[in-house]
Amino acid sequence: MDTLQVYLILAAILFSLGMFAVITRRNAIAVLMGIELILNAANLNFIAFARFGGMNIGGHIFALFVIVLAAAEVAVALAIIINLYQNFNSINVDEAQQLKQ
Amino acid sequence: MNIFLQYTLLIYFLPLIAFGVQIFIGRRLPRQGDWVSIGAVLATLVLSIALFAGMLLDYNPNFKQNFSFTWLETANFKISMGFLVDNITIIMLLVVAIISSASHIFSLKYMEGDPRYSRYYAYLSLFTFSMNGIVLANGFMLLYMNWELVGLSSYLLIGFWFEKDSAANAGKKAFLTNRVGDIGFFIGIMLLFTAIGSFSYGDIFAGVAAGKITGTLLTLAGMGLFLGAVGKSAQFPLHIWLPDAMEGPTPVSALIHAATMVAAGVFMMVRVFPILSPDALIVIAYIGGFTAFFAATIAITRTDIKQVLAYSTVSQLGYMILAIGTGAYTAAFFHLVIHAMFKANLFYGAGSVIHGMHHALHELDDHKTDAQDMRNMGGIKSKMPVTYWAMIISSLAISGVPLFSGFLSKDAILAGTLALVNRTGAHYILLFFGFGAALITAFYMFRMIFLTFHNEPKKPKIFDLIKESPTAMLIPLVVLSVLSIFIFYTLPNFNPLSDQGWFTHLVEQHESLVPGHINPSVHEIEESLHHSHFPAMITSLIVAGLGLLLAWLMYFKKFISAEVWARRLKPLYNLSFNRYYIDELYDKIIYQPFLKLADWVAYLDWDVYDKYFINGIGRVTEWVAKIVGIADYEGLDQEIVDGFGRSTQRLGNSLKKLQTGKIQNYVLYAAFAIVILLIIQML
Amino acid sequence: MDLNILSLLVWLPIIGMLAIAFVPRDKVDVIKIIAAAATGLQLFLAILLWMQFDKTTGGFQFMERYNWIPSFNIFYTLGVDGLSLPMVVLTPLLSFLAIFVSWNTKRAVKGFFALFLLLDTGMMGVFLALDFFLFYVFWEVMLLPMYFLIGMWGGPQRVYAAIKFFLFTLFGSVLMLIAILALYFTCGQTFDMITLMHTAPDALNGVLWWGMSAIKVIWVLLFVGFAIKVPVFPFHTWLPLAHVEAPTAISVILAGVLLKMGLYGMLRVNYGMLPEAVWWFAGALAVLGVINVIWGGLAALAQKDLKKMVAYSSINHLGYALIGMAAVVAAGAANGNNYAAAEAGMSGAVFQMFNHGTISAMLFIIAGVVYDRAHHREIAGFGGLAKQMPIYAGVTAVAFFAGLGLPSLSSFISEFMCFVGAFPVFRTIVIISTLGILINAAYFLRAYQKIFFGELNKKYSDMPEINGRELFTLIPLAIITFIFGVYPAPFLNVIKETVSGIIEHVVTLGGATGIF
Repeated sequence: MDTLQVYLILAAILFSLGMFAVITRRNAIAVLMGIELILNAANLNFIAFARFGGMNIGGHIFALFVIVLAAAEVAVALAIIINLYQNFNSINVDEAQQLKQ
Repeated sequence: MNIFLQYTLLIYFLPLIAFGVQIFIGRRLPRQGDWVSIGAVLATLVLSIALFAGMLLDYNPNFKQNFSFTWLETANFKISMGFLVDNITIIMLLVVAIISSASHIFSLKYMEGDPRYSRYYAYLSLFTFSMNGIVLANGFMLLYMNWELVGLSSYLLIGFWFEKDSAANAGKKAFLTNRVGDIGFFIGIMLLFTAIGSFSYGDIFAGVAAGKITGTLLTLAGMGLFLGAVGKSAQFPLHIWLPDAMEGPTPVSALIHAATMVAAGVFMMVRVFPILSPDALIVIAYIGGFTAFFAATIAITRTDIKQVLAYSTVSQLGYMILAIGTGAYTAAFFHLVIHAMFKANLFYGAGSVIHGMHHALHELDDHKTDAQDMRNMGGIKSKMPVTYWAMIISSLAISGVPLFSGFLSKDAILAGTLALVNRTGAHYILLFFGFGAALITAFYMFRMIFLTFHNEPKKPKIFDLIKESPTAMLIPLVVLSVLSIFIFYTLPNFNPLSDQGWFTHLVEQHESLVPGHINPSVHEIEESLHHSHFPAMITSLIVAGLGLLLAWLMYFKKFISAEVWARRLKPLYNLSFNRYYIDELYDKIIYQPFLKLADWVAYLDWDVYDKYFINGIGRVTEWVAKIVGIADYEGLDQEIVDGFGRSTQRLGNSLKKLQTGKIQNYVLYAAFAIVILLIIQML
Repeated sequence: MDLNILSLLVWLPIIGMLAIAFVPRDKVDVIKIIAAAATGLQLFLAILLWMQFDKTTGGFQFMERYNWIPSFNIFYTLGVDGLSLPMVVLTPLLSFLAIFVSWNTKRAVKGFFALFLLLDTGMMGVFLALDFFLFYVFWEVMLLPMYFLIGMWGGPQRVYAAIKFFLFTLFGSVLMLIAILALYFTCGQTFDMITLMHTAPDALNGVLWWGMSAIKVIWVLLFVGFAIKVPVFPFHTWLPLAHVEAPTAISVILAGVLLKMGLYGMLRVNYGMLPEAVWWFAGALAVLGVINVIWGGLAALAQKDLKKMVAYSSINHLGYALIGMAAVVAAGAANGNNYAAAEAGMSGAVFQMFNHGTISAMLFIIAGVVYDRAHHREIAGFGGLAKQMPIYAGVTAVAFFAGLGLPSLSSFISEFMCFVGAFPVFRTIVIISTLGILINAAYFLRAYQKIFFGELNKKYSDMPEINGRELFTLIPLAIITFIFGVYPAPFLNVIKETVSGIIEHVVTLGGATGIF
């Protein structure tokens, strides 16, 4: 059971769930959570490849980087969402169509 | 510098200087500068007299001086021009100077008060200048240039009173008719130049003598030159301009259209006489003889005093041409000189009468009555005695009455004609022309005298106011009347019946230079002239007397009614009265078709050729362009090029819908894209 | 002189044009003065050139030669000889006078004078260029300003006239360009005209294109190109229209200079480079000449518009020059090596070119004077003006009598020489064309009578006399006409060596090949 395959499939499921959340949810917070899922799916891949691919510590370091970046990203994203809320009185991403115009 | 060259240069250029002064500053000079022109012409008179005196002292028939300079030159082509001074030149210079001076003086009063007085004198000076050029020229180049310039001054002077349409028309007619002759003249010159390579008389004479041009070409060249003379000397069929030229002021008619310019044609024929071929001479004789007779018949029915004189001039010029044609070269020139004197005198007389009439009409404030119509005159003899006697003397001269100058030259011409007929045994008609014209001349001249000066005045009101003309106008009359006496032409010989004298000595009969010329030698001509002299003289006396008598009976005594005879000879009278319908004929067969041709050419050029052909090319091009344009726009551009654009647009429009601005959609597309890429990868 | 006088002559007007470009458009007087100064200086230089010119040689003088486009063997070559010198003097003379003729131009003065100066450069360049490419460039340079000058400052039909002029000339230019390229590629890839004059006859000898002799093909192309400019009979209908519509000054330039380019081109290019074909074409040339004379004269006689009459008189007068040019064959062996006649005809033709320049310029200025006052040009619409405007009548008389070839005025001599030269070879043609001198007299005298004689037309009883400025434009031309009419030797001395050279060239190179 402890094979690379299993971890990759798990990561793929996680990624897909994250992706699904990103694409379908209207709530910005939910989208953010989707992104977290995608990032963690990537982390899982890094760790899995580090373990089974004989890559020593490189994978772990990348995973740590991603976690730190995710934290930073969440901070920035929440700030944007707050701004969004102040401007549109909503955190529904569909209403933020300024780009289209 | 040679004294002859000095004198002739002065004679030539003084009038030109006067012309320049007059045309530019004449109006601002005192007396409008008439003294400039008169001074110049009197100076030429003095110089001409000096030359003439020198010639008489020298008394050398072969005197000849030639001055020539190169006028223009390229490597092989060269034109020289210059002066030829011989006895003919000197005599002619004197004639021109005398008549020209007389006209200048006569005009002092005649033209007094004319608004263009200074202009008038300018033109007279221009004429004197160019006429002297014709006389002095040593070749065709200078001759032709001055030939055209006298035409110019004639044009300007005929049309001097240009407000009158008839005057303006007459000037134009004169110039154009002369140009017709000049074309022939020019072709003649070119024929000679092409064969001989020079324009000067000397070279051309030598060339003809050497046989460089012979046969038909020489005849054609001679005919060409003669055509020039026909134009200038108003011979049939180009005589039509001269009667019209009487529209000019009378002193001009005297100077230009009676004595000098019209004689230029004869003078030129005298100059070129040695190179005229026998065939050309015969044509010349016939044209001259016919003109002499024909013009005389027209003169009979003129009522305008100047018209009588005009046709008389044409007729007398015909005599001179006839003389050239018959080979009586000396006689031709002799008659030219003598005719100049008496015909100018006649014109001055007529001018004096017209002047008197004008003044009378002016006082009556009558602007309708024609001052030149003899039907308004009559009996003026008592009022204008000097004019009358001058007219009588010159009429006697022109009629060929002994003791007067005209007898001498006319007799010589008729003798020449008779001699020709005797020598050849043919051409009798020339005799008829010659003697017939002599008879008619005497008749119409005295008709004019009687109608104008004798009998009861026809318009007593006008008659009462007529006065003799002022002295300035009488001086030329007196001088020229004196010069119509035989003695001036026969010295040192006093026989009034023989033309032998200084003239015949100094102007010798010329030998023809045409090689193989079968014409008799000078000696033979003189011989036959000698034989013909007496019979010719008798006959001419008889015909002249007959003419005079007829005129006396008809118009003085009125034994024979002119009106009755005019009715009896109605067709002839009509022909003469309408000048044989020649003007009308020319109008119909030449002017109008010519103008129509011009209109037609202009129409063809502009409204047909340009409009349809040139613009047609344009239109066809435009049409082709339109088709190409349609094909290009509708086909290529609209369908293909724009079609491509349109489909791109449609595609864009549909693709536009993907652009939602929603990040999630984009992510979805990206995801799909990845899936598709993966599928492709797998395949 | 190490000063490049020819370049200066060509480019001076351009300098003037640039100067004008920097002047504000409402400073009208400054613009006119610059234009007058530029052309005046050019005239001065041209006269200087005339004085410095060595009359004893027939070759090119004051040559300038610089590399221009080496890859195509194109040089900037200028030079002057006896054929071009009269034109080089005539061009600035007429340009200078034309500036004064158009002194009262009201509309778009700046553009007018700027274009005018450009035109001047183009004309000067054509007469001085000795490189075929340069020649063609100048030829086209002069076309464009002319188009605008007629099309913008002309009469009511100006646009039509300008387009017609432009298309006609462009058509000619295209044919010329083809001929130039043909010469370039067949004669050693050179545009140098002097070289071509010597190499072309040999290089083209015996060459056949589509079964026709290359020489004849090129001759016809060039001839048509130049004939349009002259204009020779079937190509002439742009001229009356352009003349009638163009402003006076432009008519002066058009008749005075532009028409001469055609004849100049024939003498320089056709005679210079294709001497063999001269023998082939001379008869046709004489026939075209006589058609020009008679047709142009008759058409002039029928005109009702004064300017149109003068325009047709140009066609008529240049016919004489064509006849004179045809006379060159008199020098051939078959015609008895009559060099005198050939020289008379050719010198007469060149002299006629110059004389027509001065005389037709006078005629157009005269037509302009009366048009400025009466605003129409109907010959029959005047009458009696001699009384009202005696000085004008006098000047007109000089111009008209010069036009009808009165001796003592220059055109007489040139026409006379053309006739005398052509007579030995083309006897019948010359005899027919002497009718032209009658027709000339007829149309000029008719017009003179209708305008000046008769009772004064009441409408014009207060018409002002010709003014000082107008007289200033006419008097110099009248004086030239008169001086050369009385004493033509100074002019003929300048051209005679070159003319002899051309005749010699045509005889030796043309006679050597088999065509004649």
